[in-house]
Amino acid sequence: MIGPSKGLDMDKYFVVCSNIIGGCKGSTGPSSTNPKTGQPYGLDFPLITIGDMVNAQKHLIDHLGIEKLLTVIGGSMGGMQVLQWTVAYPDRIRSAIPIATTMKHTPQQIAFNEVGRQAIMADPNWKKGRYYGSAIPAKGLSVARMIGHITYMSDVSMAEKFGRKFKTNKEPYKFGAEFEVEGYLHYRGDNFVKRFDANSYLYITKAIDYFNILNGKNLTDIFKGLKAKVLVIAFKSDWLYPAYQSQEIVKALKLAGVDASYCEINSTYGHDAFLLEVEEETHLIKHFLNTVSNGKSGD
Amino acid sequence: MLDLGCGGGELLSRLIEEKQVRAQGIEINEEAIHRCVAIGLSVFQEDIDTGLSEYADKSFDYVILDQTFQQVKKPDFVLKEALRVGKRTIVGFPNFLHISARFQMFLGGRVPVTPSLPYEWYDTPNLHFLSIADFMEYCRKREIRIEKSAFVAKSRQVRVFPNLFAEIGIFLLSK
Repeated sequence: MIGPSKGLDMDKYFVVCSNIIGGCKGSTGPSSTNPKTGQPYGLDFPLITIGDMVNAQKHLIDHLGIEKLLTVIGGSMGGMQVLQWTVAYPDRIRSAIPIATTMKHTPQQIAFNEVGRQAIMADPNWKKGRYYGSAIPAKGLSVARMIGHITYMSDVSMAEKFGRKFKTNKEPYKFGAEFEVEGYLHYRGDNFVKRFDANSYLYITKAIDYFNILNGKNLTDIFKGLKAKVLVIAFKSDWLYPAYQSQEIVKALKLAGVDASYCEINSTYGHDAFLLEVEEETHLIKHFLNTVSNGKSGD
Repeated sequence: MLDLGCGGGELLSRLIEEKQVRAQGIEINEEAIHRCVAIGLSVFQEDIDTGLSEYADKSFDYVILDQTFQQVKKPDFVLKEALRVGKRTIVGFPNFLHISARFQMFLGGRVPVTPSLPYEWYDTPNLHFLSIADFMEYCRKREIRIEKSAFVAKSRQVRVFPNLFAEIGIFLLSK
C-alpha cells in the first residue's frame, strides 16, 4: 500500500507513520524507563487514549512544520485515530480515510479484548506488570494473540487456509497442536511474543475499548462543520469490525452534510482484508487522493 | 442532487460539469462505486430498497431515479422516500406498452425485447413492468403532482400518444 506507485504513492506524497504512544516500538510505553525511578514504568504508566495518540501525532506534525495533511488514513485502531483527527483537528486535514473501524466498541469487541488481557494477567510471569528483566508472561501474551488472530480471520478464510489438515509433525503429547490451524496459532503467538510487550497490549486494548467518538454528543453533531473529504471503507466478511459500524460512521457524516463516500469491498478474508485486499483498496485510495489533491476540498 | 442507483456516475458527473450541481450518488454495485470514486464523485455503496433514513426531509433540491424505479424491489417505498427527501423527484423508466412491445406480445406471443427493454426474460434487472398510463394513474392515486413530463423514443422527443410511442417516460414530481 505504501511505496512508489502504490496506493499511498511515495513518488507523489510524503508519508508520515509514527509509533503510537503506549506502544513498544519507539514511542514511550510501559516498557520505557521512568525517568523518576530509573526503572520501566510497568503499570505506573498512565492509561492512554486514542485522543492521546492523536495529540502526540499532532505534536509531531507541528514539529515537522506541516500545516495541513493531505489525508489521515488508518484501519481498525488506525481508523479510530482517523476519526479522532476529524473531530480534534479538523482544520489540519484535507481528507480522511477510516478503514474497517467503528465509532465505539460493542460489548462483543470489548469482551474479546478482555479475554486477551485476562490471559496475560493470568500468566504467573506477569507479576502485576513487573516482569522486566525476568521471565516475561510469554504464554499469556501468546494466547492473547491467538484470540486476536482468530478474530482477524473469517470462517471462509480459515477453511480455505487450513481445512482439517494435520501438521506434518504431530506433537508427541495428548493435547498438543495437531491440526494445521493449531500449529499456525501457536506459531503466530510465539512470534508475537518476540516483538511485543505484554503491558503495551493491556494499555492499547484498553484505549480502543474506551474510545467513543460520540462522547455524549448527538450523531448529528459529531462531524458538523467538517470540511475535509471523507472516504469510508469496510469489508464484507469482517465480523470483528462489521460493515454496519462503518455504515454508522457514514450516517453521521451524511447528517452533518460532509462530502463523503462509502465503499464495502467484497472479501472473504475477514478483518485481515484491510491488509490483504490491496488491489481494490489501492484503486479507491489512489483515485480518492488524486481528487483531493486536485480539488479544493478542505482548504 | 441525489442520484439513486447512479451506476458509474455518468449522469452525475455530466450534471456537475454542465450545471455545477452539488451531488451525491447511491449505488449497490461495487465495481460501479469504484468508477464513481475514480472520477471524484461522492457516492455511497448502499441498497436503496432500505430507504433514505439518514436524509432529512427536503434536504435535496432534486432526487433522481433514472432507470432505477423499475429495478428496485420496493418501488412504492423508494419513491415515497425520494419524494420525502427531495423537493422534487425526477423519475425515468422504460414504457412497457410501447407499440413495438405490444406487437411482440400480441402478435408474436413473446415477452418484448426492445431498445428500451433490451433484456431477455431470464436475465433482466427489471423487476416491475409499467406503462406511461400506469405511472400517471399511480401518481394520481398517491396524490403525487406531475409538474412536467417528457417522452423519448429513438433519441427524439415524442409529443403524441406517449403511451403508444414513447420508449422512455421522464417525470418531474413533487409531493
